[in-house]
Amino acid sequence: MAKAPVAEEILKEKFGPHLNYQPPGGWNDESVHPAEKLVKTHCCFCGQQCGIQLKVRENRVIGFEPWEEFPFNRGMLCPKGVKRYLQGNHPDRLLAPLMRSDQGFRPASWDEALSFAVSRMREIQDKYGKDAVAVYGGASLSTEKSYLLGKFARVALGTRHIDYNGRLCMVSAGTAYKLAFGVDRSPIPWSEIPKAEVLFVIGANIGDCAPITTDYIWRCRDKGGKLIVADPRMTPITRNADLYLPLRPGTDLALLMGMLHVILRDGLADREFIDQYTTGFAAVAESVQQWDLRKVSEMTGVPPESIEKAARWIGKSKRAIMMHARGLEHQSKGVENCLAVLNIALATGNVGREGAGPTMITGQGNGQGGREHGQKCDQLPGQRSLTDPAAREYVAGVWGIRPEELPQPGYSAEEIMEAIHRGEIKGLLSMCFNPLVSLPDANFTREALSKLEFFGVIDFFLSETAHHADVVLAGSLHEEEDGLGCSAEGRVIHWQKSIDPPGEARRDSDIIIELAHRLGRGQYFPFKNPADIFEELRVASRGGVADYYGITYARVDEQMGIFWPCPSLDHPGTPRLFVDNKFYTHDGKAHFNLTEWRPSGDPINEEYPLFLTTGRVVSQYLSGTQTRRIGALVDQNPEPRAEIHPRLAEQYQIKDGDWITVTTRRDDVTVRAMVVKTIRPDTVFIPYHWAGIRSANRLTHRTLDPRSKIPEFKVSACRIAGANGPDESPDDRGAHKNGASRGDA
Amino acid sequence: MFGYEFYVDPARCIGCRSCLQACEECDTHRGKSMINFEFIERKESIRSAAYVCWHCDEPTCAQVCPADAIKKGEDGIVHSSLKPRCIACNNCVLACPFGIPKMMEPEQQMMKCDMCYDRTSVGKRPMCATVCPSQALSYVRPEEIASRCEKPTNIFYFGNQKITTKVFMMAPAEREAIALDVVDYMWEENHELVATRE
Repeated sequence: MAKAPVAEEILKEKFGPHLNYQPPGGWNDESVHPAEKLVKTHCCFCGQQCGIQLKVRENRVIGFEPWEEFPFNRGMLCPKGVKRYLQGNHPDRLLAPLMRSDQGFRPASWDEALSFAVSRMREIQDKYGKDAVAVYGGASLSTEKSYLLGKFARVALGTRHIDYNGRLCMVSAGTAYKLAFGVDRSPIPWSEIPKAEVLFVIGANIGDCAPITTDYIWRCRDKGGKLIVADPRMTPITRNADLYLPLRPGTDLALLMGMLHVILRDGLADREFIDQYTTGFAAVAESVQQWDLRKVSEMTGVPPESIEKAARWIGKSKRAIMMHARGLEHQSKGVENCLAVLNIALATGNVGREGAGPTMITGQGNGQGGREHGQKCDQLPGQRSLTDPAAREYVAGVWGIRPEELPQPGYSAEEIMEAIHRGEIKGLLSMCFNPLVSLPDANFTREALSKLEFFGVIDFFLSETAHHADVVLAGSLHEEEDGLGCSAEGRVIHWQKSIDPPGEARRDSDIIIELAHRLGRGQYFPFKNPADIFEELRVASRGGVADYYGITYARVDEQMGIFWPCPSLDHPGTPRLFVDNKFYTHDGKAHFNLTEWRPSGDPINEEYPLFLTTGRVVSQYLSGTQTRRIGALVDQNPEPRAEIHPRLAEQYQIKDGDWITVTTRRDDVTVRAMVVKTIRPDTVFIPYHWAGIRSANRLTHRTLDPRSKIPEFKVSACRIAGANGPDESPDDRGAHKNGASRGDA
Repeated sequence: MFGYEFYVDPARCIGCRSCLQACEECDTHRGKSMINFEFIERKESIRSAAYVCWHCDEPTCAQVCPADAIKKGEDGIVHSSLKPRCIACNNCVLACPFGIPKMMEPEQQMMKCDMCYDRTSVGKRPMCATVCPSQALSYVRPEEIASRCEKPTNIFYFGNQKITTKVFMMAPAEREAIALDVVDYMWEENHELVATRE
């Protein structure tokens, strides 16, 4: 039974999160014991993948120095990057494997922990079938680890079910770009951004979530570029927007179809480009006819003249860039939303040209590289499809197995949790994922975890999810293993190993390889080092869309990153895609795609009259497993606050700083209010990085986009009420207030 | 660093506080941030501003110091108070028109931004301006700053007091100086009625 073995408070006391404020030895130690070396590597906290130099002494990271030569960020770092080094030397760090015990967890030898994990997974697979064990991966893993985990699930465990937390990030955009262009990557490098005449940013809180991109936007503005921002909240970049479209949560698709309507109505389409390089235009043109300004304005809450102006600015400009992120994509129509952006880009010919194009802003550390080589439930290395017979044959050949031995596609991340909940999946091995905080409907997730017959976790801190584990294998931090990542731009970069894992902790890849050996599949995992894994990955990706064959660690270092595809050792890499207007689709053309309006999966009504939307703050990263342990970052945002507009606050007699309870159809959460005019009066925003009774994902719902399977984090229905004080119940409080049962009674 | 100047451009600030976090890492004041940062009426807008010491040509803080503890170097950098001289009287804290000096406890010493003297003196850029993701704080050559929509000025008027500084403020192109007067803030709710002095 994978319930937490003892009360959360006891586990927290022992395993944190505790706050680390100072480098090892204190603030002044470096003046006595200076760094022995500077290691050029990257930040681990988001898809920007800023270059940074870590100061190292005696196998410890003791500080950082900006890396001004790295071209993407030129020394710039957000607060997470500045304090990134404090995740090392942390009192909460797991230094040995842990086994569940009556007292919580006890340290165990590697042999005991690995033997237990392997025997439990085997027993479950023997009893219930191969697919009864699932694997979770994560997009903060290096590309080598991501590849290794995909191969491990399919070759060592032989399960269909492997997916990763990137399912909560880039899959809507990825699905849409594959449909339109046949490739899942930003078509442009960031150096194109300042060249645009118009920047259209929709559903992307760039200032907080991709801070370095701000400088690119401001440089565009310096050159006279116009900035349009569409968001239910005025995010920091809105301060310099030329046009702000404060749309109602979940109505992006209507706005985008309305904009295309105006572009076509006003004759601003690029007919030559459409005729020569695209298919499917006529049907899309017809479909947006009904999306006139009046209808769109009513649905979105955006004034018709603003919609018209945005469409005309894009339509009349020579070069427009459309940038989007999770605001657009975390919806049950996330794929449609992205397709609607791509339809506008194609209709105006803003593809493949300098300073023009649609682009997605990848959110997770290796959100790009981690989704290219096989830890997605339906994908093989090189962005190949697991259902494509030729791809199966090729990759099976590289791996030395028969194609029929390769499992078919399995469930996506949330679907795996649902299969666990209904008893179909009995065992789970999870690495680099904290689903209890990051999946929607946290109470459901907790119930599911409590039903697992075996739960193994590979991690460096004991995350809230790991509280439910039977065994925890102490893995490695970003800086403790060599590997490659791929940034939001599509630039493959080198995460240089800075130090060895401390104590008995092991490199993540060594743990996976050892598990494979103990499962009797060692001959398929002959790797000694990440470089060996990468050599196989190069070949496995060869000929795929994400072709890494021409990439080597040495070339990456020399060129400060290489943009894939890079099919041969003398290939310079591909910073901008589609320069010759050739696309990666079966017919070589770009495809318009029909988009159909659907309501949100959690509609507002009289009982739940407000929109709830969730997102990030600048000082925290994802589920907070790392950043909630860094003192200075926690001080910057000590707790989640619910942003509400003064008009809404007045209606409920709530003042700034008051406690309020936000209730959805799942649960309620009590947090302090932040009363600001920078949010729509019908919308509540809560950041999602926190666990337990402050977890925003207690409130969100499990509706998925039917194609990308991304949850609809950005649109829930809620109501609010003033509260007398904080909710003092324990994290795993008992009976559900709305009557449903919780996991831990 | 020769040929480089410090520019503060609040219009670019996204409130991320990377500068505050990075300032703590500087060698001359480890663990203490010397950055001034504010949200400008957060209830009303997302605008924020981060700034460093302006390093006045004739520093008020040094002029009012009864212990002669505050020194300006030949390079124009105004330093933290000299520890043996500082009597922690707070004169500088009260007198600085920009609100820069900080009285540190328990050290009983005024400390302030020294433009990362440990870094700039060895050819490195100041920490805050190096990391600033929006380049609201920049340490660059004048020709680089010339491409921006805002233009630099280093002339400030606080009522009748004219101050010129080493650090530049980016302001709308037509504005040659930044002028503030106490009467500007007599009617906080109605800025537009009085904020007309240019």
